[in-house]
Amino acid sequence: MEQATKKALQIFATKARMGVLDGVYHAKAGHPGGSLSICDVLSYLYNIRMHVDPKNPKASDRDRLVLSKGHAAPALYAALALKGFFPVEDLKTLRKADSYLQGHPNMDKVPGVDMSTGSLGQGISAAVGMALGAKLDKAGYRVYAILGDGELQEGQVWEAAMFAGNHKLSNLTAVIDNNNLQIDGTMDEVNAPYPIAEKFRAFNWNTVEIDGHDFDAIESAFAAADACKDKPTAIVMKTIKGKGVSYMENAVGWHGSAPNTEQYEQAMSELNAALAELEA
Amino acid sequence: MAEAIKCATREAYGKALVELGEQNDKILVLDADLAAATKTGMFKKAFPERFIDVGIAESNLMGVAAGLAATGHIVFASSFAMFAAGRAFEQVRNSIGYTHLNVKIGATHAGISVGEDGASHQCCEDIALMRSIPGMVVLNPADDIEARACVFAAAEHDGPVYMRFGRLAVPRVFDENYKFEIGKGAVLREGTDVTIVATGLMVNEALMAAETLQNEGVSARVVNMATIKPIDRDILIDSAKKTGALVTAEEHSVLGGLGGAVTEVICETVPVPVLRVGVEDVFGKSGPAVELLHIYGLDAAHIAEKAKQAVALKG
Repeated sequence: MEQATKKALQIFATKARMGVLDGVYHAKAGHPGGSLSICDVLSYLYNIRMHVDPKNPKASDRDRLVLSKGHAAPALYAALALKGFFPVEDLKTLRKADSYLQGHPNMDKVPGVDMSTGSLGQGISAAVGMALGAKLDKAGYRVYAILGDGELQEGQVWEAAMFAGNHKLSNLTAVIDNNNLQIDGTMDEVNAPYPIAEKFRAFNWNTVEIDGHDFDAIESAFAAADACKDKPTAIVMKTIKGKGVSYMENAVGWHGSAPNTEQYEQAMSELNAALAELEA
Repeated sequence: MAEAIKCATREAYGKALVELGEQNDKILVLDADLAAATKTGMFKKAFPERFIDVGIAESNLMGVAAGLAATGHIVFASSFAMFAAGRAFEQVRNSIGYTHLNVKIGATHAGISVGEDGASHQCCEDIALMRSIPGMVVLNPADDIEARACVFAAAEHDGPVYMRFGRLAVPRVFDENYKFEIGKGAVLREGTDVTIVATGLMVNEALMAAETLQNEGVSARVVNMATIKPIDRDILIDSAKKTGALVTAEEHSVLGGLGGAVTEVICETVPVPVLRVGVEDVFGKSGPAVELLHIYGLDAAHIAEKAKQAVALKG
């Protein structure tokens, strides 16, 4: 990947992280940890990979993204706002009673959201249905789903995985955000789904394992997904929960709590410093 | 009114899907390894390229149906009521109800009349579950004619629909000129002393009960309520005003189904006695379907008995 492109993606991701912080801080609630871990892949998807038009968010030939880990809505909203689907300023209305930015993604209220999610395990099935719909219609669009690693504990994920593998849904790419933490603790402390890639391979998926914060690796993973013509692809992405905010990184407590004013200011100062460095 | 013809509503469902498939190429049919029993196998035979079997995975069935609907298809998703409404309740609620996607759930083998398979498969809770979901239309046809009409109405309706079909062959109540409209009940027989509001296979029983009651000097109005949600408030209020007492009759738990829906309306508008005929708060058991219907009080005799009790309660 060219340096200028990479830098632009990093800038977008950093701004998305600021959007995440703005949202959860003003809402005094939300899920910052697992939102921050997917900002890089969202930056790549919305800027490089996906064919979407903010002026026509329901275009029938658009690529679809299903945020199966719906609690990372603040990251999705930030990416959509930065792409121009709605004003960035609105991110501060997250979870407010008079806002359209619901705590979990809602396809009827939020421009650019392709599926209402929030109940874990359900988004991947809907993404499978969309990918099948594209195949039945001989349409060329692709479907992306982002899942949490804890979400893999839901049995429905494997019902969907079995079906997608059997139907050779090569237009479907599932991204597994493997930040290794869930509400009650580490994967190992709760109910580890490892080895993840082997499981998807056993369900007849193509798999790629990458560092989810390395844009070169992200690009090659999605290129590998495109190149695979007879299987869906699972990109198992090693990430850092809370990425970009020092005190949130790899800290299980930041799964579902909002920063106070002091913490918010520190986070924004760190992200502003990162942004200044990137833009220098 | 009742003719000798008997047909299971699931059979009518399968046939109607084939008819629909011929008219509209956006129709897709999904099943979860029960195509022979739900009768979606008829559609599979006619349109194999538009039939998808997801296997024994009802949660994924509902999610895939939602995803297909989100890409512009009209999706009929089928399984037994126990698994469609029961096992996959939350998928129906969140992926289909909350999204208001164009998924039509064809749930067969509802109620006690599943028969020999017993309680694990006799779903008497599905109406209660499905009607609690905002925006969900809930249909429970009385015979094959009405079942076919429900399928066509569901396809026309923009949004999710739950259709409830039975395994047992039941007597035909309506004729070929029957017109069905979502949300409209219909007076099948006029009466002045009490109204029997019936749904599904209990409609025929209600008509027989009315006949018995007439011989005993009680004039019973019979209302067919094929749409449980949205419930036809007008016909209920009118019935309460004109007859002063109601009896509900359904092959479903007395908790939360038609009985629940009717009492909710009547208590808030024209409070008159409402008695409920249905499966009491118990699980079913194995046995021949018709025998079970009598054992659980789902017959004309029980309806007539309740109707007389309702009349006695009138002030």
